[in-house]
Amino acid sequence: MNKIVDKKQFSENVFQLTIEAPRIAKNRKAGHFVIVKVGEKGERIPLTIVDSNLEQGTIDLIIQRVGVSSSKLIDLQIGDFVDDLVGPLGHATHIENVGTVIAAGGGVGLAPMLPIIRAMKEAGNKVITILAARSKNLVILEEQIRAASSEVLIMTNDGTYGDKGLVTNGIEKIISTEKVDLVLTIGPAIMMKAVSDLTQKHNIPTVASLNTIMVDGTGMCGACRVSVGGETKFVCVDGPEFDAHKVNFDEMLSRLGAYKEIEIEAMNNCNSLK
Amino acid sequence: MLEAENIRKARRNEAWREDLRKSKQVKERMLIKRNHMAETAPEIRNKSNVEVNKGFTEAQALVEAQRCIDCPNPTCITGCPVEISIPDFVKQIELGKFVEAAQVIKETSSLAAVCGRVCPQERQCEKECFYTIKLKQEPVAIGNLERFVADYERENSVQVVPKVTKNGMKVAVVGSGPAGLSFAGDMAMRGYDVTVFEALHEIGGVLKYGIPEFRLPNNVIDHEINYLKKLGIIFETNVIVGKTITIDEMTELGFKAVFVGSGAGLPKFMNIPGENLTGVFSANEYLTRINLMGAGREGYDTPILKGKKIAIIGGGNTAMDAVRTAKRQGAEQAMIVYRRSLEEMPARLEEIRHAQEEGIIFMCLTNPVRYNADEKGKVNEMIVQKMELGAPDESGRRAFRAIPKSEYSVPVDLVIVSVGVSPNPIIQQSVKGLQISKWGTIEVNEETMESNIPMLFAGGDIVRGGATVILAMGDGKKAAKAMDEKLRK
Repeated sequence: MNKIVDKKQFSENVFQLTIEAPRIAKNRKAGHFVIVKVGEKGERIPLTIVDSNLEQGTIDLIIQRVGVSSSKLIDLQIGDFVDDLVGPLGHATHIENVGTVIAAGGGVGLAPMLPIIRAMKEAGNKVITILAARSKNLVILEEQIRAASSEVLIMTNDGTYGDKGLVTNGIEKIISTEKVDLVLTIGPAIMMKAVSDLTQKHNIPTVASLNTIMVDGTGMCGACRVSVGGETKFVCVDGPEFDAHKVNFDEMLSRLGAYKEIEIEAMNNCNSLK
Repeated sequence: MLEAENIRKARRNEAWREDLRKSKQVKERMLIKRNHMAETAPEIRNKSNVEVNKGFTEAQALVEAQRCIDCPNPTCITGCPVEISIPDFVKQIELGKFVEAAQVIKETSSLAAVCGRVCPQERQCEKECFYTIKLKQEPVAIGNLERFVADYERENSVQVVPKVTKNGMKVAVVGSGPAGLSFAGDMAMRGYDVTVFEALHEIGGVLKYGIPEFRLPNNVIDHEINYLKKLGIIFETNVIVGKTITIDEMTELGFKAVFVGSGAGLPKFMNIPGENLTGVFSANEYLTRINLMGAGREGYDTPILKGKKIAIIGGGNTAMDAVRTAKRQGAEQAMIVYRRSLEEMPARLEEIRHAQEEGIIFMCLTNPVRYNADEKGKVNEMIVQKMELGAPDESGRRAFRAIPKSEYSVPVDLVIVSVGVSPNPIIQQSVKGLQISKWGTIEVNEETMESNIPMLFAGGDIVRGGATVILAMGDGKKAAKAMDEKLRK
């Protein structure tokens, strides 16, 4: 059992939980994720590890309220226990000094991006982070990201903070003035697809961290499969990071929507019970 | 092995046993017809999770046990991967001593209620029975009898836990499926402190996530796991060895040796167009959602897609489990699509018969070539082609080939792919220098089940690539014996 020792709210629907998990804290690296299940009848959901504290033996998870399972996790309080927490899963991010790196994160995707920014910077890269969100109140982790990055560019869809525009506008702005060697992107699938399309045009190697549906997270079920360069890959054991230019994002988007109707219904039932 | 044989001989020569043999003439015994378990009616069971086979009644078990002629050289034992001393327990049943019968089985198997249900006895012990070999008659129902005594013990709460003297040595097990459980049970009996690490949140591996409730109820598995806990085995869920803790860390924790039974955790696909559409599942995913996660049941959060026309691709036991589960999930047409004919189907005959009775459609000599989707990207059509059989190949199974221009369309709303599994890659990726076959399985010494890394043993599907519960258990048993010998040196 894993005790929640701290809880912070970042925006209306985004929270951070600090959870006791000493073994995971010890062995996790940037890019790793965990599977969390709340309650005996709960669902297993994947979440990327944002940070860890070796002394305390804790890990930080950032969760956005999107459905029943994320809500159950968010509604837990300090002192409560998470029934099941397993990890670290997936391959860690490949960290290498390549030169200049853009870290293009959207919304809650900035959370898993933070440890990668730190590791890439530590490896000697110049890391320019694009912090993209729909609106100012959805910008998270600004302080930590500023501390970790070489430069930060904030983009909001509605222009309430930073520059007005999409993450892709931010990339275009940066690559018009300097040579970029690698783009890393984490965010909604539709955003990563747009980033990938843009960087492909400019021939900039791009890595996307995929957030597909998973059940076990250890390769057993294949729910997370994606086509990468025409081959079927499992995000949980082959990923979660892939060459974005080879990922079939349309197929991924379709698979992500498989349970949408059921989820909306479940969320409505859940709300009507409150 | 000689020791076990001497014990068997001595037991057979005990006075009560001789009296029992003489109490009925062999001819008389051979005239008794084989008993059959009652089954839940097909039209009732295909709408519920109630167990299909109901098990022998006491009266049936007593009569069936009389059929066994107590051969001087029992061939049935040679057919059992864990070498259960079969006549010894069957004769206890004949005497009405069901608890004693259960104890005989426990000497070699810690999962009697499971094996009595899911072992392919017709290909193992019962295939080597005197009745099968010499009389060409129906064999003694060894599997049903095994199940009977295990169920008797559970239902009457008469479980006997042997006292074991601890030897103070710690060993670790990776995975709590049949290989790991069998290994853990044997090592605990030998006095070791055993810790089993399980990646999932439930103990039991494929017994829990794979095999459905109507074939193997969870309370039956839990009872056997509780027995192992009473033997002193510690279970730790939510630990992925190679990720959460490494093999090196296990050595630091004081474990002297490790047995890996991490299973065949990676579903195979056919790599045909449309296989990644929504509505196409692996059998593992479909069964895991329903069996392990409770999808579709009141109050459970994990979703499952429903369908009226569900096609299952494959002809193994997992395919039968998936298709019968699909029927129970409300499919009007639950179809098996298999490229060879019914005769070549690898599933147990009983599973095929049960499926047929439950209204499953069998599309044999048929193979999917691609799937098409509706405007939302969800599968709605399967294009299949007809196949024909040729001469037997090296493995003895008949080869097959597609009949040109035989393609046609079958409307479907879910497809479940059940064409086999590959070994889980996590251990192999995390242990440097571990010898791996070209199929990704761990290579071991067949006699000892030890890998090229000293004190790292492995068994079950991680070594075999996809076999049965009982073969995995046999591996666990073999590894326990070899590891024990090595650790005592």
